[in-house]
Amino acid sequence: MGEIRLMKGNEALAEAMIRAGCDAYFGYPITPQSEVLEYLSIDATKRTGMVVLQAESEVAAINMIYGAAGCGRRVMTTSSSPGISLMQEGLSYIASAGLPCVVANVNRGGPGLGTIQPSQGDYFQSVKGGGHGDYHLFVLAPSSVQEMVDFVREGFDIAEKYRTPVMILSDGAVGQMMEKVELFDQMPRKTEFPDWATTGRKRGQDRTYITSLFIKPEKMEMINLNLQAKYQAMIENEVRYQSFHLDDCEYIFTGYGLGARICQKAMEMGREKGYKIGLIRPITLFPFPTTIFNEMASKVKGILDVELNAGQMVEDVRLSVEGKTKVDFYGRMGGMIPSPDEILNAFEEKFINGGAK
Amino acid sequence: MSDMNFDRLDIRTDDCMVYEKPLDTLLDVPFHYCPGCAHSTVHKIFMEVCQEMEIQYDIVGVAPVGCSVFAYHYLNVDMQQAAHGRACAVATGIKRVMPDKLVFTYQGDGDLAAIGTAETVHAANRGENFLVIFINNGIYGMTSGQMAPTTLEGMVTTTSPHGRDIATQGYPLKISELLANLPGVAYVTRQTAYNAAGVRKTKKALQKAIEYQKKKLGFCLVEVVTNCPSNLKMTPLESNKFVEEQMLAFYPLGDIKVPGGK
Amino acid sequence: MLEEAIFSGFGGQGVLSMGMILSYAGMIENREVCWMPSYGPEMRGGTANCITIISDGPISSPIISTFDTVVALNQPSVDKFESQVRPGGTIIFDSTNILNPPTRRDITIYSVPGSELATAKLKNIKVLNMLILGAFIAARKTVKEETCISALKKVLPERYHKLVPINKEAFELGMSCIK
Repeated sequence: MGEIRLMKGNEALAEAMIRAGCDAYFGYPITPQSEVLEYLSIDATKRTGMVVLQAESEVAAINMIYGAAGCGRRVMTTSSSPGISLMQEGLSYIASAGLPCVVANVNRGGPGLGTIQPSQGDYFQSVKGGGHGDYHLFVLAPSSVQEMVDFVREGFDIAEKYRTPVMILSDGAVGQMMEKVELFDQMPRKTEFPDWATTGRKRGQDRTYITSLFIKPEKMEMINLNLQAKYQAMIENEVRYQSFHLDDCEYIFTGYGLGARICQKAMEMGREKGYKIGLIRPITLFPFPTTIFNEMASKVKGILDVELNAGQMVEDVRLSVEGKTKVDFYGRMGGMIPSPDEILNAFEEKFINGGAK
Repeated sequence: MSDMNFDRLDIRTDDCMVYEKPLDTLLDVPFHYCPGCAHSTVHKIFMEVCQEMEIQYDIVGVAPVGCSVFAYHYLNVDMQQAAHGRACAVATGIKRVMPDKLVFTYQGDGDLAAIGTAETVHAANRGENFLVIFINNGIYGMTSGQMAPTTLEGMVTTTSPHGRDIATQGYPLKISELLANLPGVAYVTRQTAYNAAGVRKTKKALQKAIEYQKKKLGFCLVEVVTNCPSNLKMTPLESNKFVEEQMLAFYPLGDIKVPGGK
Repeated sequence: MLEEAIFSGFGGQGVLSMGMILSYAGMIENREVCWMPSYGPEMRGGTANCITIISDGPISSPIISTFDTVVALNQPSVDKFESQVRPGGTIIFDSTNILNPPTRRDITIYSVPGSELATAKLKNIKVLNMLILGAFIAARKTVKEETCISALKKVLPERYHKLVPINKEAFELGMSCIK
């Protein structure tokens, strides 16, 4: 059993980064995730020799990530919504060039400068490819401080396995709250680097280069086909979700991250009142757990999707169920957080009292 | 002379050899650059430096967006291609994780002094220990002749068809002088490549910059004031004359900052 | 065992630390814990609160709108959270700072003159939070008294450990307020 600590989500993420043998972190302060850079600034370099650098902007940070990832190193950055918007160009380049890295988004309310309170308004820009071109981020949605730790290590593994950018999509609440966590032991930093990395030309060989520019459409199409094949492999092999009471449920609540935690409480309260409610929490948002929704759709009377946004993931839920059951949505926006009571009321209104309409 | 068969005469003998590519560091492919453009010259002399100093296995470069976006098709050293303006950020990422390797960026005026100004200034100010090769031709080449931050006052481009108007379009930016003021900057020099003396001095400056990087002195920038015959709509010779008479009058040659002194 | 509490007051009164110490204590006693602070753009002043959940089983939502216990150190907190105490639940408030005390009949109300006691008896208003936490533990028995003191040592940086005795005294004084 690893070391047990009481930690804030953001600090736990930073600690996990150090322990995962991360080689470099480049980031820029933004609420509610500044604790990550602050935590790393204390003694991360002393502990493992990793690079910790406060960049001049999120734009610079993501491009430093590109450079260091291109050298085959384990690299990570973090930001919150407006900062992630700024990184989208860089993420498109990173996806195209096939560079592994982990990016954490501690989602806050928007659009615009918005609010620093928790939100899930960044599902679209995380899952649907926020930058230009046909690409996906591999998106993990932690709902607890423990997952903020686990997904850093797992994120690096996925990033390196598929040579892809991985996003940990959390939110202000998961970043700011403290929970008990079990930390994994310190892993060594890498000493060997892949062949594709630009670590200096090898003797007897021509140079290696990293690029996302393929001016001939035939070549660019090949690059796209390769990317799509990679995404297909993720869909086949890497889908993850958590579920409750799927064996007896008549209704399903769904949500991700913080939203799913609140739904869980609403589900418990609903079951006390006699409603047979189950829950599906997608853990990977891309690849999305389409199959389980599709399977359950023919067995239940309806699905209530709850998010801290105007309804983003619900589009994927609807695509998954292929019209086989009613899918309704309840959400709050702009940093407002729905309470479990509110969710249960919404459920009763949409599915029990007015459901027949 | 009719008995001599010139068609069959092999002139590739040591006696005849007056010009040679650095064979180990410059890939044997034709440049895509326009006739008379200085990119090929600067590519070649920098690769000569890499070969002569035997650093081709220890150096990683960053290509910009601009005419030299494909620099990695010619330079036989490890390279990364950066997003427009972000070369100094990418180079920072590379240098920070491999402090024992040599790192350089190769950027034009639009990349370095317009869209990438923030990354350039902050990398310089952090004293990032890498070399920036800054090609200043006062115009956007790849996108066909728009106004650049370094376009001279009154100079005609496709986006300043009546000549650059200072009142509405601002002044040409002397980014090298600006960067020289920063304490993290070790070496800033302005050179040219339109004549043989200029090419020799530029090569010397590049050698020095690599020496300084090896000594970990900090940020080094070698500006090369060059021509752009296609977009200036001139012959190569005319464009060289333009560099000599117009560009250098505003961008004077010489060291702007050297280690240990002003 | 499941305790869902909220600690609320002005920024600077130490309400976030109260929840944090309780969370540490819960962790020391091998419980599941979750501490969720309100956070805002201001560094000082303003209102602050934290939801603290201590449970024997896994904790679902870190965000809840009704509580077993409300701890209120100022008037706005009483005004805002009294209605969110579950029937049969508890509210503990600092009577020194509050003009209009809670009035509900279906909950247990503890009035603790915390600020007055901290200033008059301990000559240190900064220990108000430990005093009120003492009252909370006496009323709710969520964790053991000794565990709270061990937790305090965890939360307090080493250089402030000289302040442990006065905090302990405040904690005990707070406990004695609950009959």
